[in-house]
Amino acid sequence: MNYHSPASFAEASALAANVDGVTRFLAGGTDVLVQLRADIVTPDTLIDIKMIDGVSDIIQNDDGSWTLGVAVTGAEMTEHAGLSQDWPGVVEAMDLVGSTQVQGRATLTGNLCNGSPAADSVPAMVAAGVTVTVTSADGSREVAVEKVPTGPGRTSLAKGELVSAVNIPARGDNAGDAYLRFIPRTEMDIAVVGVAVSLRLDGDIVTEARVCLGAVAPTVLLVQDCADAINGSTLDDAALDALAVAASAACNPITDKRGTVEFRTDVAGVLAKRAAKIAYARANGETVKGDHA
Amino acid sequence: MALDDRKSDFTFIGTRPDRPDGLDKVTGRAKFGADAVAPGMLFGAIVRSPHAHARIVKIDTSKAEAMKGVKAVVTRADFATGLTGEFWNVQENVMAGDTALYDGHAVAAVAANSALDARDAAKLIEIEYEVLPHVTDVDKAMEADAPVIRDGTADGSVPEGMHPNVVRYHESGHGDVAAGFAAADLVIEDSFKTEATHQGYIEPHACLASLGADGKGELWCTTQGHWYAQKHCAALLGIETSQLRVTASEIGGGFGGKTTVFIEPVALALSRKANRPVKMVMSRSEVLRATGPTSSTSMDVKIGMTKDGTITAAEGVFRLQGGAFPGAPMEFTAMCAFAPYALENVRQVGYDVIANRPKQAAYRAPGSPMAAFAVESVIDLLCQQLDLDPVEVRLKNASKKGTKASYGPRFDDIGLVECLEAARDHPHYSAQLEQGQGRGISCGFWFNHGGETSVSLALSEDGTVQVSVGTPDIGGSRASMALMASETLGIPYENIRVTIADTATLGYNDVSHGSRVTYASGLATIKAAQAAIAEMCKRAAAKWGIPEDAVKWEDGCAVPSGPNAGDFEPLAMADITADMGATGGPISGHFEATPEGAGVSFGVHIVDAQVDPETGKTSIPRYTVIQDAGKAIHPAYVEGQFQGGAAQGIGWALNEEYVYGEDGRLQNAVFLDYRIPVASDLPMIDTVIVEVPNPGHPYGVRGVGETGIVPPLAAIANAVSRAAGVRMFELPMSPPRILAALKADG
Ligand SMILES: Cc1cc2nc3c(=O)[nH]c(=O)nc-3n(C[C@H](O)[C@H](O)[C@H](O)COP(=O)(O)OP(=O)(O)OC[C@H]3O[C@@H](n4cnc5c(N)ncnc54)[C@H](O)[C@@H]3O)c2cc1C
Repeated sequence: MNYHSPASFAEASALAANVDGVTRFLAGGTDVLVQLRADIVTPDTLIDIKMIDGVSDIIQNDDGSWTLGVAVTGAEMTEHAGLSQDWPGVVEAMDLVGSTQVQGRATLTGNLCNGSPAADSVPAMVAAGVTVTVTSADGSREVAVEKVPTGPGRTSLAKGELVSAVNIPARGDNAGDAYLRFIPRTEMDIAVVGVAVSLRLDGDIVTEARVCLGAVAPTVLLVQDCADAINGSTLDDAALDALAVAASAACNPITDKRGTVEFRTDVAGVLAKRAAKIAYARANGETVKGDHA
Repeated sequence: MALDDRKSDFTFIGTRPDRPDGLDKVTGRAKFGADAVAPGMLFGAIVRSPHAHARIVKIDTSKAEAMKGVKAVVTRADFATGLTGEFWNVQENVMAGDTALYDGHAVAAVAANSALDARDAAKLIEIEYEVLPHVTDVDKAMEADAPVIRDGTADGSVPEGMHPNVVRYHESGHGDVAAGFAAADLVIEDSFKTEATHQGYIEPHACLASLGADGKGELWCTTQGHWYAQKHCAALLGIETSQLRVTASEIGGGFGGKTTVFIEPVALALSRKANRPVKMVMSRSEVLRATGPTSSTSMDVKIGMTKDGTITAAEGVFRLQGGAFPGAPMEFTAMCAFAPYALENVRQVGYDVIANRPKQAAYRAPGSPMAAFAVESVIDLLCQQLDLDPVEVRLKNASKKGTKASYGPRFDDIGLVECLEAARDHPHYSAQLEQGQGRGISCGFWFNHGGETSVSLALSEDGTVQVSVGTPDIGGSRASMALMASETLGIPYENIRVTIADTATLGYNDVSHGSRVTYASGLATIKAAQAAIAEMCKRAAAKWGIPEDAVKWEDGCAVPSGPNAGDFEPLAMADITADMGATGGPISGHFEATPEGAGVSFGVHIVDAQVDPETGKTSIPRYTVIQDAGKAIHPAYVEGQFQGGAAQGIGWALNEEYVYGEDGRLQNAVFLDYRIPVASDLPMIDTVIVEVPNPGHPYGVRGVGETGIVPPLAAIANAVSRAAGVRMFELPMSPPRILAALKADG
């Protein structure tokens, strides 16, 4: 196994483009190193991206949008007052990952690029309309988060491509987001179902809703029917019921050791309602602590 | 054992000093199984069967042996032959013979210069399998068309016509159950199932083994019983028992799961072949796949009750699957099932069933928690339907001193009624429940055990004391031994150091199991201290020139036994030990016996459960454990045992389970998916120590290590069923299972 710690993304992508075998980028390493030790994936090339300038920065741009370095950890996000104020759903989703120790290392980029259908931050990023900047020898392109995972353990990134930044839109006024996951325990577990909702209010009417489901299909699902169910409503019971029905209908889960098809389908609807209520309250300016469902 | 020296007012016993191993454990100085090193040490790795059931056609080790850094490869051919009985079964489990019997069964092993080399070399061992049909479910394993796993395993107890996978049978009871059921106002009969769970100790199995061509060996390992390890390793390797010295490391939990051997004989075999010390450490996945979980069960229980809550008859059938080997503790399940109740008519039947799973190992009160789940659920159903108070019904039927137990003998002093009264009077039992909550209670019973015990106590010149015991400290027992020694000797707790001696230092000691350590090693420590006291009195008598029986021991000093004995200044321990070399030689006390007065134990748990009706998720807002400890030597560690039992029981009841796929492979062999409770899943677990002294122990001790895991499954099932409004018959009560039950109920 060869270990590299390039000083730039250009160098990192050149390295990745020119090696054979299995390549892994090392962000927090909370997936890569665990898979290595468990003898699941032994990379031939390990490219540590933490020495690249700016990878730990959290920057708010003039238009209110946010740019996060690819090595920003969950703990750094949670401690960032401005980011937490703007995007509590995204921050809480990342905060659900692992334990205090894991939080000190784990990143949004790693969570996304590991390709797990159950990754917690991914539905929240998708609901929030987050994009990532993907760098290669040919330059950079911006890719919506929902376009990155293509199946369990797989992404759309080509050989020699890597994520160089995470771009979170400006939050704007009267808006809120939330992410809830179902786990049988209270922490240190993997999502059996995850639901993220982001929305804006026009008076008390929902607009711009985005609803994303995790762990109920091979990739995250951005579900337009869910958005349609609540857009234009006051999130009344009828809208919530329609949201639950749409969420359950969108599920394409499997039965495995973590849950059954039926359970995942039912709970997706339940969590969609609960997450939408939190997002709505937040958009109304209320401070609502998300929970673990 | 007749004891004329029962004591009841104590100076040191009942206090809560720091545990002697505490500093080592919080600073990382304690040496656990994986902390041992030796010069020239190699690392071992095991090749395990990926199949639930497969004939081993061929093992080709040549590529592995040719790899650089590899020093030895072993297969079953490197172990002793001709073993029978339990030695044979343990050997079959430690290293497969002709057939791999479960997913994870060891088939070969390799030792190399580094752990990574060993892991890579293991991949080079080529094994050809002929896959055979398999079965992992207990009920399916008994069906006529089930694959036969190890034909000829059944013993003579099995009734004719049963499937060969039924390997042992038990039946006991008394009275006339048919007549009893006829006298009942309400009879309820239901079927229950529980999945296998793992003990979940935090420390994986680990050892460092060295065995020479001369048949002399050293073994360091994490174990609950190093004499057991010595005996079994010697047998499996074909060497003499006494030539293998075994030292028990600090142990990071066992709960019964470390009462047998797995990697130790393999490491010894590798060492013998490589002529170098070999270290082996299991991964968590290996622990889950190949070390002992509990049995899984299928049970039918029938109980009859009159309108006033009197149980008229009880009957149970208990089928336990314990892996591909005989030994599932179905007789304990059967015998414990109805033990809390004074019954005129009772009958219990047990079946030991083999299947393609790892060999079950003990787990705190092996077999009893499942029985309680079935029996106490039916009692709860009877209470619901007859509109009776669950504690009052249990009090009405509770076993007492003199009751003929459901499993035969008559009870001596026992504390079940006291526990139930404490439950009834506890504020928890009458506290208001919130919306969505339900409250459950359950009784629990365990036999407790004595076992072979040998303790040695040596005095130092400065009057301090070294106690050597042979029972690994799995629950703070060094503190308890020191407290009992200090109470007996009349010297401070801090003046005593208790060590777990190796197998070369003491006579045979049974394993730290059966809640026996505080009872049996404690009794032996007290007796050894009394022997040392007798010798000290003798030395004082000689010094004073008076007869030995004119000296008595009081508050850590030899004193004349009365005015007639003479007028001498008390001689403190340190005064006697200071010149013991010149007054007759070193002073020590020993005690060896197999004490038989362990004293059975009862407990009662009260638990509140909250069920989310939309997701089926359960939380446990409140939990109270009440249990008879006889006499709590170190109350904090008694409470710790109570709380630990409840915590493990919460996991077993709600989320822990072995999940097997259609292919017979274990699906969840990591802690991510084998869901033991995390700290935030648990409420503060309240405890009440009831003390009804055990007549079989000088200070009244009853073991407390196991009973605490008996009531939780039932108590939680009763609470969840009441909270959800639908009865749960199967464990674990995971959210998908509860949600499915709620939906089925409409
Ligand atoms: C104890 C524990 C608990 C956990 N709990 C959770 C949980 O609750 N929820 C959850 O979702 N996850 C959980 N995880 C998984 C893991 O922590 C997360 O997926 C984490 O966000 C991964 O981030 P990382 O920075 O550590 O990634 P790494 O391990 O460094 O990398 C992960 C993957 O991303 C790729 N990668 C990294 N950086 C880049 C880049 N710049 N460009 C392209 N690819 C890149 C790597 O090649 C690798 O494939 C847990 C892990 C552990 C060990």
